[in-house]
Amino acid sequence: MKPDISTKVGPIELERPTMLASGILGISLEVFARLYKGGAGALVTKSLSKEPWDGYPNPTIIGVKYGYLNAVGLSNPGAPYFAKMIASNTTVPIIVSLVGSVEEDFTFMIKQFENVKILGYELNLSCPHVEKVGLEVGDDPNLVRKIVKSVKSHSKVPVIAKVGLGSSDYLETVRAACESGIDAITAINTVRAMGIDVETTRPLLSHKIGGLSGSAIKPIAVRCVYEISSKFDIPIIGCGGVSDWEDAVEFILAGATAVQIGSAIGEKWIGVFSEINDGISKYMEKKGFSKINEMIGIAKKF
Amino acid sequence: MQRNSNKPLVVKIEKVIEETPTVRTLVFSDEVFANVLPGQFAMVWIPGVNELPMSVMITLEKGKGGFTVRKHGVASTSLYNLKVGDYIGMRGPYGNSFTIKQGKLLLVGGGTGLVPLMRLLIFLKKTDEVTVLIGAKTKEEVFFEKLANQLLEHNKHQVIVVTEDGTYGKSGLVTDEMEKLFSEKKFDAVYTCGPEKMMHKVVQLAHAKKFHVQASLERMMKCGIGICGSCCVGEVLVCKDGTVFDGDYLLSNKEFGYTHRNKAGILENY
Repeated sequence: MKPDISTKVGPIELERPTMLASGILGISLEVFARLYKGGAGALVTKSLSKEPWDGYPNPTIIGVKYGYLNAVGLSNPGAPYFAKMIASNTTVPIIVSLVGSVEEDFTFMIKQFENVKILGYELNLSCPHVEKVGLEVGDDPNLVRKIVKSVKSHSKVPVIAKVGLGSSDYLETVRAACESGIDAITAINTVRAMGIDVETTRPLLSHKIGGLSGSAIKPIAVRCVYEISSKFDIPIIGCGGVSDWEDAVEFILAGATAVQIGSAIGEKWIGVFSEINDGISKYMEKKGFSKINEMIGIAKKF
Repeated sequence: MQRNSNKPLVVKIEKVIEETPTVRTLVFSDEVFANVLPGQFAMVWIPGVNELPMSVMITLEKGKGGFTVRKHGVASTSLYNLKVGDYIGMRGPYGNSFTIKQGKLLLVGGGTGLVPLMRLLIFLKKTDEVTVLIGAKTKEEVFFEKLANQLLEHNKHQVIVVTEDGTYGKSGLVTDEMEKLFSEKKFDAVYTCGPEKMMHKVVQLAHAKKFHVQASLERMMKCGIGICGSCCVGEVLVCKDGTVFDGDYLLSNKEFGYTHRNKAGILENY
């Protein structure tokens, strides 16, 4: 019998364990539909803010060895516009990523999606290159507590917190989110990084400092999933450098119930989702697993 | 060592060619970028300013390519103002290219949209019968007419310039001239690049005549590699699925010819 690759991220049920990571593609509903057809189990939107944001000037994304540097600056059309754009959606499993500084930012945005069919929210507590939001929020566990409590009390759908490596202990951010009723954790975001062009002697990104993604950060992300999974009883979505089925399985063995894919789309394009789904399925068949949850976190027993 | 096409390759500008009072071509040396396919593009870094998606212009010298830029916004004007010896960076080449057909071919271009069409000309067979329609606002903004004639000197060909104010060549819109051609002649393929409203009309007219038609699209881009999503047109990404699309497909896409997205991703009308 073919293994069952459906999975559950807490209350969120997914047909397939590969999700589109936030910030990647996804400005149009048509692109989401195409990715879903292409094998993605769920689509996380770009992080939406109260107002539209243009983001930083280019260069915003640059290739480095084993990954990418980016400081896009959270460009997005704003929550009200986006909510209208996906209002007609009934079939595509969308998770809405939100970015803000205070509780009111988030509650305002949740109001916009009240009558829109979505699977849940992912709170961006980890973007490393925009001031007063993202990682600057995630670095303050007290603020995380306030925001998560407020979002949980206003949202009718599950809420995920996406954490990253900032200047404080990220496990304290996870603790704050868990104690405030979060439904799941996504770990991790890009890691603060930069690159310099030696010919012109200039920083490569217009914002100078950005975030590193791709294969370069995968072992760091696996470590974080393993640590969170060891310390907390919370569903985890692994994110950071997943580019083939083996990476995905590694995250699941570390404790993830699903994975998110971003940078790998740059090399493998949309086929990356079905490629990884098929690879996971073949691995399960070979190893005798019939369900994803039989594999979650089994590396911890050693 | 293999080149990382996603990291800017920094080169010096070797020559600046004045095409019109508002258009210049900046020439550089690099084998890879000099030999891209027609329709492919580079992300061009203007250090300290911005990075723009640009078609790579051909030159008549081996191993050299160019960027033909019209001064318009801050970024394009900064690029336009660069001098010999200044640095630019290039990522890529990215994107697909025109499907090269044979027989009676029509190329319809406006402004810097002529760049991929000039490159297409060097891929054509000597046996092809080629018509090039060049659209411009006014006489002093006409460029590449001489180059097109030069590249086609061994082909049966005609280069027709159309100016909106009638100060040079035929008067009116390039698409009006195309309609006249269509009433007299059949084409095996039509290729277009330029302002989207123009391309939309070209695609509609050619499609109605059942001619094979392709257009090379332009959109605001950030990554150029299918990650950021800025350049989506409905479900397709110009950087990864394009820049060249078949007319049949484009006419089924509800954004083509009507809307594009701004930096925040909000649809705006053309």
